[in-house]
Parts: sequence; structure tokens; C-alpha cells
Amino acid sequence: METIFDVENFNLWYGENHALHNINMKIEKNAITALIGPSGCGKSTFIKTLNRMNDLIPSVRLEGSIRYRGQEIVNSDINVYNLRKEVGMVFQKPNPFPMSIYDNIAYGPRTHGIKNKSQLNEIVEKSLRDAAIFDELKDRLKDSALGLSGGQQQRLCIARALAVKPDVLLMDEPTSALDPISTSKIEELVLELKKDYSIVIVTHNMQQAVRISDYTAFFLLGDLVEFDKTDKIFNKPSDKRTEDYITGRFG
Amino acid sequence: MTDIVKSDAIPDKIPASRALHTNLLKGCMLVCVSLTIALVGFLILYILIRAIPNFSWEILTTKPSYLKGTIGVLPDILNTIYLVATAIVIVLPLGVGAAIYLTEYAKSPKLVKVIEYAVETLAGIPSIIYGLVGMLFFCQFLGLQTSLLAGSLTLVIMSIPVIIRTTQESLKTVPNGYREGAFGLGSARWHMIRTVVLPCCIDGIVTGCILAAGRMLGESAALLFTAGFAHALHGYIDGITSSGATLTVALYVYAKEQGEFEVAFVIAAILLILCFITNYLAQAFGRHMQKVK
Amino acid sequence: MNLTDKNSKDSIEAIASTIFLVLGIINIGFVLLICVYLIIAGLPAIVKIGPIDFLFGSKWASTAAEPLFGILPFILTSIYGTAGAIVLGLPLGFFTAVYLAKLAPRKVRFTIEPLIDLLAGIPSVVYGFIGMLVLVPSIRYVFDLPDGASLFAAIIVLAVMILPSIIKVSITALEAVPEEYELGSLALGANEIETYYRVVVPAAKSGIAAAVVLGVGRAIGEAMAVMMVAGNAANMPSLFESVRFLTTAVASEMSYSSGLQREALFSIALVLFVFIMLINAALNLLLKHGRVRRK
Repeated sequence: METIFDVENFNLWYGENHALHNINMKIEKNAITALIGPSGCGKSTFIKTLNRMNDLIPSVRLEGSIRYRGQEIVNSDINVYNLRKEVGMVFQKPNPFPMSIYDNIAYGPRTHGIKNKSQLNEIVEKSLRDAAIFDELKDRLKDSALGLSGGQQQRLCIARALAVKPDVLLMDEPTSALDPISTSKIEELVLELKKDYSIVIVTHNMQQAVRISDYTAFFLLGDLVEFDKTDKIFNKPSDKRTEDYITGRFG
Repeated sequence: MTDIVKSDAIPDKIPASRALHTNLLKGCMLVCVSLTIALVGFLILYILIRAIPNFSWEILTTKPSYLKGTIGVLPDILNTIYLVATAIVIVLPLGVGAAIYLTEYAKSPKLVKVIEYAVETLAGIPSIIYGLVGMLFFCQFLGLQTSLLAGSLTLVIMSIPVIIRTTQESLKTVPNGYREGAFGLGSARWHMIRTVVLPCCIDGIVTGCILAAGRMLGESAALLFTAGFAHALHGYIDGITSSGATLTVALYVYAKEQGEFEVAFVIAAILLILCFITNYLAQAFGRHMQKVK
Repeated sequence: MNLTDKNSKDSIEAIASTIFLVLGIINIGFVLLICVYLIIAGLPAIVKIGPIDFLFGSKWASTAAEPLFGILPFILTSIYGTAGAIVLGLPLGFFTAVYLAKLAPRKVRFTIEPLIDLLAGIPSVVYGFIGMLVLVPSIRYVFDLPDGASLFAAIIVLAVMILPSIIKVSITALEAVPEEYELGSLALGANEIETYYRVVVPAAKSGIAAAVVLGVGRAIGEAMAVMMVAGNAANMPSLFESVRFLTTAVASEMSYSSGLQREALFSIALVLFVFIMLINAALNLLLKHGRVRRK
């Protein structure tokens, strides 16, 4: 297997608060990696480091190394906008822009300089198809995206992320704000997308991690306690704390 | 079972003094509200009743003529339009830009505090002081002489706080999810602001402009020594570079120095109507904004 | 894709962020500009005349053969005039605000509020004009004076002019009080009116104080309306005499002044500015406590 993110001795501080301690992991290409752990364990902080969204918080300080396809992205002089184009992100709360469905999908390609109308049409259709929402929305592309249901909005946001042709999709608890039916649709979609994308997903829901992920990382209080194949983590965890957590003793 | 013993300290009946107290307060409120309404009503009716007989097409479309002994307010209307339009065009980018800096760019909370304090200070300075500094800086130091342009620039500094405040308020109503979404797609900051944030804030910015324009329409003390008193009829370029009285300054001169009360009432009525219109528009846009939220 | 690639968009971004930084900082520049100009223009005359003679001299005769530049009459007039306007305007505004914020049915409130906005928007020359034509003659008639243009007339006009800001800021303060306080009082058997005045008003007191300070700032800085009704003679303040405020002292002589007289006018503006800065500082302190925004 090929490694897409190679994390070595990675540390992160919010001001004085040491939020992530010495993280080491290799994230596989074309696999689904789930990050689990109780609230405040650092999993969301970690995922936001992978596309440098943490830059938006002024007091954040990074140390160590994360290589994306061999290129150092921590404290290095990279073009973060290109990184974010390669490493797309879907957020906890669906956040479509207050524009039409079409303009939402076209936002990313336009941002990166695509102006040609027919090319945009093609991208919009393909992204919506890939996000398995084209049939539902094809007749209302000009309608405001804010009129969609929560589940539709989230799939639209996934389609929007796909439209810039990323390599990796980061998903920060993408189903926590959704009902069970919308959740299962998104899970199916994620499994579908695995063929073409590497996916890192933060989840609160351990069943979800079991259902969809190939690898699972368990975070606790800023430490990466255990990182292994999902089967292994949930059947034969090697750390006592992991076992306590997945059997529901805390969290 | 024991009976519940009623405390003697709390009487069953409401004592007369307490009822009196309540009624007294009620009375005070009703008197004050009525007085306030009566005041507004009197002002509006008095101005309109005194102005209507003097309204004529002629007074609105001519300039004062000493030869014919007639007075017209057209130059004052045009001067006001030139002045307000120029000031708005200049203050808009300045104010919106500063608000964008404060809410979207600024990283140092200290600098934000200092700038916000400066803006608060600007908002509290009386217009007569703006007039003086405008005269010293724009008319004398920059050599603009007494001109509508100098007046406009003075009003620009004066009304920056209004634009900054309303823009900041509407920027803060834009959900952070929009910003994150755009950043997540690889958008850079200014691109994100231009394509996602600002389109959400148009209403707020327009409201700010209307409020600022309302302020400018009513301003006089800051213009006495910067924009001057002339009543000549000019096009825009000539008008902005020469001395000119706005409606408010003209009202002052006609009422206080020349005793021309008829025309003063006409101007007062025009100002009242303009004030009504700007208030209405600002409210309408403000309400629209809240609905979108 | 090579992540270290830069493109033309990055330079646009850099330019944009510099422009916005400048637009933010320029506001500090404006304040400094005003301070520096007032100090440069205002300080020399204070030094020449002597700060004591200037601030506490009770006679202003700028165009006399032996000119005297004492601005105590203006300072006192401004203080008395502002205090008088607050004494009249505060109760009127306060009771109106409590009524509108708490007691008024929605419909009544939505009819009255635009009227108050209108009152706030009417230009000060219009107030001065109406004061000149209605108030001044009435005062002359009622109190049987030779001329009605007086401190009293100015106080009434100022009271009307600060009324809308007192009402608006007080309403905001009253509405910021959590509803639980009210429910607590009502549950103890107090009636609505008692609840409003014993619980809600005390809880909103720093916001209402901010309204007063804001009113003080407005009143002390007002020039045009006062100039039209106060008579503008440089007398020591007395309720029914013609008086001159700090603002009107600047405005009334500026157009024909020269030399030391002109410099002294700038000094008056400097004194006014210092007053305003003190009031602003007080306002900021109160707003921080009251969490009410200035309107």
C-alpha cells in the first residue's frame, strides 16, 4: 500500500495548551481512516492540520513533520491554497454558501481559474453524480442551496469538495448533525468514494467507524493511543484504554 | 396536620400607598410618552403648514436673484447632492475596508482595540470641531480653499464610524461555516471575502450608506467654514471646486442672517422629508437584513 | 501538483491584505490628525494669554482695544446648559423608554419608534429655526423679557435634541435585562409596574447611565441650534440672559477673526475637545459595564 500522509513526531499547541503530543502515523492511500476518541481529544484539531485549516487560528503553533506525498506541509513555505485544493474538507455542520446549487459546486473550480461555461457544466454534473445526488437535484440547479434538507446539503457539500478534483477528503464528523437515513446515505457514498479518494473521517459514532473504515486511530487527551486496522482495534485492542473506550466505559 | 399560619407581616389587601405609587409611575409614563409624541407631531405639522403655502415650482427650480428679488433653492439642492454623493463615494471604500480589516484580517487583538477606540472617538467628536480641523487641513494646508470638496472630505472623516459600524455588524452575521467552506476549497482570503462574505453583507452596507447620507444631509456646523455659503448654479466639476451652501447652511443663513423665513420653511420641509425618506429606507434595508438572517 | 508553486493570485492577495491594513490604521491617523491640529492651533494662545487667565477669566472682549480672553462664561454656560438639558430630557426620555420597552403594545411601539427616529434625524438647524420662531418669542412673552433668546431657550432645544438618543439607548439597555429577573419578581407577587422599576431599571442602570453620558456629549457639542436661540452675548450664564456656549463661541467669531483672537478661538475648540474626550472615556467605561452598544 502507498502512504499519502506521513506524520512524524507531530506536536501542536494552542497558545500555552499542548493539544497534540508527539503523533506518529502513516495514512494509507485509497483507504478510509477513522479518527475516534472522546470530545476534546484532539482528533478534530489533527484533521484540520492535514489541510492547514488550523492556520486560521492565530495562536496555533506546530512542530514536527507531516509529509503529504513526500512534501513537507508543517512550517514549510507551501502554497496552502493548492494544498487545500488537493486535500478537500467536509465540515460537521453542512455549510453550503447562500447561492444556487450550481454556483455552490462551481465555486471551487471558479476559484481555481476555470471560467469556461461548458467545462463548468461538465464538472457540476460529474460532481453531483459522484456525490450520488444528481438525480435529486438536476431540475433545481438554479435554486438556492439553503432550501435543501440537512442531508442533501451535506451531500452537496461533498459534491462541492469533489468539484476541485481533490486527492484526499477530510471529513469532520460529517453525519453528526444528520438524521439516521441521511447518515446511511452518506456512509454508502463514502464507501463508494474510497475507490478514487483517500478519506480521513472524524467520527463520534463507533459503529460508523466499524461500518466504513479500514483503519482506526484512537485519540485520548492529545495522544494517539492506538492506530491499526479497524478489525484489530475493535476486536483485539492492544491498549487497555482503547478497550475501555470501545466497550463504552468512558467517553 | 398543622394549619398553615398566615404571616401578619404580609397584609391581604394591597395598601393604598403601593397602589398610589404604581399609579403615579403609570401616570408619569403616559404623560412623558404623550409629550414626546406631541412634540414630534407639532414639529412636523408646524413645518409643513408653514412651508406648504410657499412651495412653488419656481422656488425649487431657480437660483436666488437680487435683480428680481426672488429666492430659489435649486443651487442649494444641487450643492447638497454634489456634496453627499462625493462624500459617500469616498467614505464607502474607506469604511468598508476598515471594517473588513477589523473583522476578517486583523490578527492582533491589541491593534483591533486601538482602531476601534479611534473609531469610537471619531464618532464622539462634535461637528464644529470637524469644521475647524477641516478648515485648517483641507482648505488651508491642502489648499482646497473653501469648497464643496473640502466640505465633502470633512464629512468623510465624520461619517466613517457609521459605515464601519454597520458594515462590521453585518460582517459578523455571516456564519463562519461559509468562510471555512471557502477556505476548505482552497480559496484565499480576499477571494473568499469578495465571493462569499461581501455578497451576504450588501444590505448592511447599503443601510450604512443611507444612515451616513442622512447624517450628511443634516450636517451644518462642519460645513460653515469648509464648504461656504455661495448660491451659484454650477455643474458638478465647477460646483465641487467652488464654495457652496448646502440646504442646511442655506437654511441657517436665510433664517438667522437674512430673515427670509418663507424660504427657510421650504428648506426645513425639504430636509424633513429627506430625513423621513432616509429613515424609511434604512429601516427597510435593516428589516430585510434581519429576514435573511 | 507541486505545492510550493506560487501564482499571480498570491500577489493580489498580498496587495489586498496590505490595503485593508492601511484602511484600518488610517482611522488612528484621523484621530491623531485632529488632535495634532487642535493642539498646534490651540496651544499658542493659551500660552500667550496664560492658562489661568484664559480658563478662569470671567470676561471675554476679543475685539476691544484692550482685548480680554477669559472663557469661564463659555465653560459655565456649556456646563449649565448641558446639565439643564439633561434635567429636562432625562426624565422625559427615561419614562418614555420604559413605556416603549416594557408596557407599550407592539403596535403602539412600532408606530412611535419611527417618530423617535425622525426626531433623531431632524437636522440641528431645523431645531434652531423652530426654536427661534416659536420658542424664543414664547419665552419673551411668558416671562415678560426684552428678548427670549437665552440660556433657557437653549436648554429646551438641547433637551429635545438629546431626547431620541436617551430613549434609544435606554430601550436597548432595558431590553438587555434577562427575562428571568422579571419573572422572579412577578412570582413574588409584585405587579408589572413595580417589577419594571424595582428590578429591570436597576439592572439596566449602567446602560441608562451610558444614555445620559451620550446625551451630555451630544448637548455639549451642539453648535448650530444653540447659536440660533441662545443670543450669543458673552455673559456669565443666567437662565434668562443671552449666553454663549463653547461651541458657539468658536462658530460666531470665526468668520471675521484674526490674530490672537483667532488663535484663542482654536484654544476654545481645544478645551471643548478635552471635555469631549473625558466624556468619551466615561462612556466607554459605562458601555463596557453595560454591554450596550452606542447607537
